Amino acid sequence: MTYRNPPTTPRKSATFDDYTLSEIRRAAATGIYDIRGAGAKRKLPHFDDLLFLGASISRYPLEGYRERCDTSVVLGSRHARKPIELKIPITIAGMSFGSLSGPAKEALGRGATLSGTSTTTGDGGMTEEERGHSKTLVYQYLPSRYGMNPRDLRRADAIEVVVGQGAKPGGGGMLLGQKISDRVAEMRTLPKGIDQRSASRHPDWTGPDDLEIKILELREITDWEKPIYVKVGGARPYYDTALAVKAGADVVVVDGMQGGTAATQEVFIENVGQPTLACIRPAVQALQDLGMHRKVQLIVSGGIRNGADVAKALALGVDAVSIGTAALVALGDNDPRWEAEYNALGTTAGAYDDWHEGRDPAGITTQDPELMKRVDPIAAGRRLANYLKVMTLEAQTIARACGKNSLHNLEPEDLVALSIEAAAMAGVPLAGTNWIPGKTGF
Amino acid sequence: MPATTMSKAEREQGHARVFDLSEHSLRELNQALHKLAPGSNETAWEVLNPKGSHSVAVGVDQPVTIDVRGSVGYYCAGMNDGAAITVHGSAGPGVGENMMSGSIVIKGDASQYAGATGRGGLLVIEGNASSRCGISMKGIDIVVHGNIGHMSAFMAQSGNLVVLGDAGDALGDSIYEARLFVRGKVESLGADCIAKEMRPEHIELLQGLLDKAGVTGVKASEFKRYGSARKLYNFNIDNADAY
Repeated sequence: MTYRNPPTTPRKSATFDDYTLSEIRRAAATGIYDIRGAGAKRKLPHFDDLLFLGASISRYPLEGYRERCDTSVVLGSRHARKPIELKIPITIAGMSFGSLSGPAKEALGRGATLSGTSTTTGDGGMTEEERGHSKTLVYQYLPSRYGMNPRDLRRADAIEVVVGQGAKPGGGGMLLGQKISDRVAEMRTLPKGIDQRSASRHPDWTGPDDLEIKILELREITDWEKPIYVKVGGARPYYDTALAVKAGADVVVVDGMQGGTAATQEVFIENVGQPTLACIRPAVQALQDLGMHRKVQLIVSGGIRNGADVAKALALGVDAVSIGTAALVALGDNDPRWEAEYNALGTTAGAYDDWHEGRDPAGITTQDPELMKRVDPIAAGRRLANYLKVMTLEAQTIARACGKNSLHNLEPEDLVALSIEAAAMAGVPLAGTNWIPGKTGF
Repeated sequence: MPATTMSKAEREQGHARVFDLSEHSLRELNQALHKLAPGSNETAWEVLNPKGSHSVAVGVDQPVTIDVRGSVGYYCAGMNDGAAITVHGSAGPGVGENMMSGSIVIKGDASQYAGATGRGGLLVIEGNASSRCGISMKGIDIVVHGNIGHMSAFMAQSGNLVVLGDAGDALGDSIYEARLFVRGKVESLGADCIAKEMRPEHIELLQGLLDKAGVTGVKASEFKRYGSARKLYNFNIDNADAY
């Protein structure tokens, strides 16, 4: 009998994993970087790394189905004559018509309105679908100024000056030619079928001092009625928040790297910006240092999925959260019912992110007239409202268990962290210890 | 309307409503302009003592005439929609930004970003304009009697930019469908911007713009036309070196 040495199990590199190898092959074959939608997909410290303590002998809870737990929030009371009053502290983030279909935008407006919250335009202007179906509509003022006009500015309930977004702080947008229908082209004042590059900087201001003057102009044009938000990507949350406040913002929106985009380079999404969890405490600290916490409201977005995430963000000092990706999933994005069609596109339900290609089987990130018929704006809006309701109930459940009669009474002292990283980022103790890295001891 | 007492100048003019910014706030001025209803007989306005104020006469949406006596700061006449606004002085950054319709005349010079993202109407700068004139323009017509600075008409989408003098570096970088007419020297052209043939229809268009802007003694045939080579309209890796 011949003896064969026992073979080792084939071993793949952790550094050169299957995804990395496929990306090298793809780059070598095409000579172009990978473009996709959505936010960072890598594993990051997140709200899952935090836990609530709940009530105990020293703190008593509120009765689950009896005692009131307030969820409302007012945004923009600093300077605006007409602040926004929302029933829940969960808003719908800016997503463009162009990137999304008309029915999808309408569904977002319907769902938000049913839930007593706001929705937001995007890079491409305001559509009648969303204005007509959104009780409270935030109008994004973007570097590209596609579709921007003073009439829509005045029809909005608030204005969001977009400096950056979490998926690509420092990057502009991109809408590839295949998604440029006649209607999208007209709204953007560009020929049909060409790639539309949204600028990364505003055309008529740079820096915090100019921003202050720009905000003054927007206030003058709208007679000081509308709350003015400033949205930044999660780059330097402490300084960006402080500078936005200094420039006169009523509301600061900080979007972490899990926040989605319609399309940008994969390398950008995964390697630029900070996780949402890492952005919150510096932003809150900036407001506290300026004596503006709760006077200038803070909205945080990027990877908010459920009521626990909402409650955790609020406990860390946030006034409201914003959802984009989760809202699209509620409308029907990446639904396994279209699995065969996802497979035909070389992907699978749950992983589809080529939103820029305009072939979305779910009919959401497309301008294809046949595909977009798959979104029934009334039914999809209802699903979004249901989902928002569940998130709100979940957050209330946790808040009551912590003895709070308002979601906004949650506090960092209600939290512990499961990892040293999360403890350091959130500024709460590592579970089972009283150690906050960087604050207590070392 | 906020109470504005009749000033000496108003009495002298007889009909123009005079708003003195040394006596009244900017907010009062803009709100008074915004409250104008269609058909209002307050069609002539005069603004005194702007002294470099920002956001003078922004968001006006009625066809009134506004004469600003002096120099202004940022964003004067921003988002103008139908008014005829004349600045008897120089203008700071972003004059006439995102104009929808109407006209703006700057008797002096204009700073950066003049006419940025403008969608319609006519902006005339009788002096020079600084950098990024007509940046991201979307349908506006801009006529500059003097020179313009670098990076002008960056990502210009639509409309016409006419320069009687010279243009700085990187004119028309990443330009889309806007037309650029320059009479003098162009320091350099930006990515995807090229010189183009002046055909009879362009001469006719340009002559019309010169006439509208009150330019005399200058012939359309003295200008060169610049526009998009349209090579960067759809991403092609072989063009990456152009950026």
